[in-house]
Amino acid sequence: MRFLFKTDYEDDIRLFPHSGYIVSYGLLLAVLLIAPYVLSSYLMSQLVFVCIYATVGVALLILTGFTGQASLGHAAFLAIGAYTAAYLQKYNVPFPVYFLAAGALTGLIGALVGFPALRLQGIYLVIATISFAFIVEEILARWESVTNGNEGMRVKAVSLLGVTVSRDSPTFYFICLAVLVLTIVGTLNLLRSPTGRAFVAIRDSETAARSMGINVALYKVKSFAISAAITGFAGVLFAHKLSFISPEMFTLQLSIEFIIVILIGGTFSLHGAVLGAIFIVMIDPFLTYLKDDMPGIIAGVAATFGAGSATAGNIQSKVAAFASLNGLKGAIYGIIIMLFVLFEPLGIYGRWLKIKLFFQLFPLYKRATFKRQKIYVKSERNR
Amino acid sequence: MSYFRAENLSLHFGGLKAVDAVSFAVERGEILSIIGPNGAGKSSIFNLISRIYRPTSGRIFFEDQDITEQPPYDIARLGIARTFQNIELFENATVLSNLLVGRHRHSTTQLWQELLFLPSVRANEKVHRRRVEQVIEFLDLEPYRDKLISGLPYGVRKVIELARALCSEPKLILLDEPSSGLNVEETDDMSFWIRDMKSELGVTVLMVEHDMSLVNRVSDRVIALNYGRVLAMGSPAEVQRHPDVVAAYLGA
Repeated sequence: MRFLFKTDYEDDIRLFPHSGYIVSYGLLLAVLLIAPYVLSSYLMSQLVFVCIYATVGVALLILTGFTGQASLGHAAFLAIGAYTAAYLQKYNVPFPVYFLAAGALTGLIGALVGFPALRLQGIYLVIATISFAFIVEEILARWESVTNGNEGMRVKAVSLLGVTVSRDSPTFYFICLAVLVLTIVGTLNLLRSPTGRAFVAIRDSETAARSMGINVALYKVKSFAISAAITGFAGVLFAHKLSFISPEMFTLQLSIEFIIVILIGGTFSLHGAVLGAIFIVMIDPFLTYLKDDMPGIIAGVAATFGAGSATAGNIQSKVAAFASLNGLKGAIYGIIIMLFVLFEPLGIYGRWLKIKLFFQLFPLYKRATFKRQKIYVKSERNR
Repeated sequence: MSYFRAENLSLHFGGLKAVDAVSFAVERGEILSIIGPNGAGKSSIFNLISRIYRPTSGRIFFEDQDITEQPPYDIARLGIARTFQNIELFENATVLSNLLVGRHRHSTTQLWQELLFLPSVRANEKVHRRRVEQVIEFLDLEPYRDKLISGLPYGVRKVIELARALCSEPKLILLDEPSSGLNVEETDDMSFWIRDMKSELGVTVLMVEHDMSLVNRVSDRVIALNYGRVLAMGSPAEVQRHPDVVAAYLGA
């Protein structure tokens, strides 16, 4: 176990508390940089989605995790970013310009959503943001002169400095990775400066924040704007990755997926956004695999336990029918959220910290180490 | 002119007069205590000053400026800090970040500078950190810097709340029952700190307190309230002998 002896105020400010962090993050970065030359194109595509989802996750963490304002409307912010990019691209606006414009516009709309949200809290805020998402979805479907309605819009490949960057190329992956890394660094900077502390203060006690001189309304609007702007940037990349966007891609389900990203990753640290993004992107192929192979496997097991071929075939078709039920994916997401909230409210990253501590303290780890924290989390749920 | 002045301050909830035409003044550098039975309107006066409630009528002046209509967050910027009766700390943050929030009124950096963490932001952070360290030293909070509030005992939290208020370098500090929930030794420490705040930091103190021994030890003047009205005002001994005060506490 490593003990840090602080000798300078700088020790509380720097991003990497000790050399171990530099080594491990350096290794991670190296792996991410050589990934496109090693991994299959399918996995690369998934990795791009991980970057995009993690960017949205970080945005949502700023708003929900650190400022304490829940939002189920982030699919709408993503949509605004995506459509701004698609629309401006039609008029041959260069990529850097419409990338920034999409972020700025989404940020502005985020601030506008923030104003009515000032008077709402908890579940009421969630309802307000859902309504906002529905309004945006509806506008996208009906404002045909701009959005092309339900027929959707084609998005051409990124054109950067005269070079066309295909959505499957390593360069596109590097752009997404760069956006993610810059978002994370910017957010970490924010968190170690007065604005970030004001966000956390508002989350934990608005009364105290106010009496410390924090303009709560202003900072809530700021939080909404920043979160929306980052989601807008992610939206541009999302549009390019899919190369086609239509209103039904930005539904409530997508907003829920973003909530899952931070809930499952862990709402108290930016690590959570990345871990949650990996989880949500990788669970999809896993579910597809289960859907395709599970019926056969179960039938095979039944056969080895002496079921006749007719019975086994019957079982196989029943399981296959169940696996292709409508809404099964949503139900599985729901169950996952419930299990995490009940048994690991700190998410995957919280679990990882516990595992790490287990090895650091081995063999002295006590089960009771996290007891108090857990009790605290449980009692707070009724607030 | 007085340093801080409340004139005919009233707060009515429907027919209930929580604070009823209360007037008082605080001189620069004094420790003024407000005492009174439960429900006398002591905390309500604090909440009026820090603008958690809007007064039904009356005016509040600080350094000859009318602050009755100021938004709540401006009260702190003017140099009035407060603590709360039931501790309002930022539970899921470390002691250090709680105290740094106290520095908020002195932060001058812009959002875009913070996103890039420019050298100016870094320099400011170090200044804040140094001021916070002085308060940590003043209140003996060294062992707790990196601890989360949610894991700390009540007595320590009480001190941290005082520390957070001091970090904003207030001119006037409002202490809402600084000794509630503290044991005898902790209350002793608190009384020393309150006197040191006055003598070393030059802070003017307005405090609500039930513990009469603490009130007697630190106060220059005392105001007794009951049913939202001022019963008596004067030195601690005078107020305690006042027949109306005796009646309010013991029943006539």
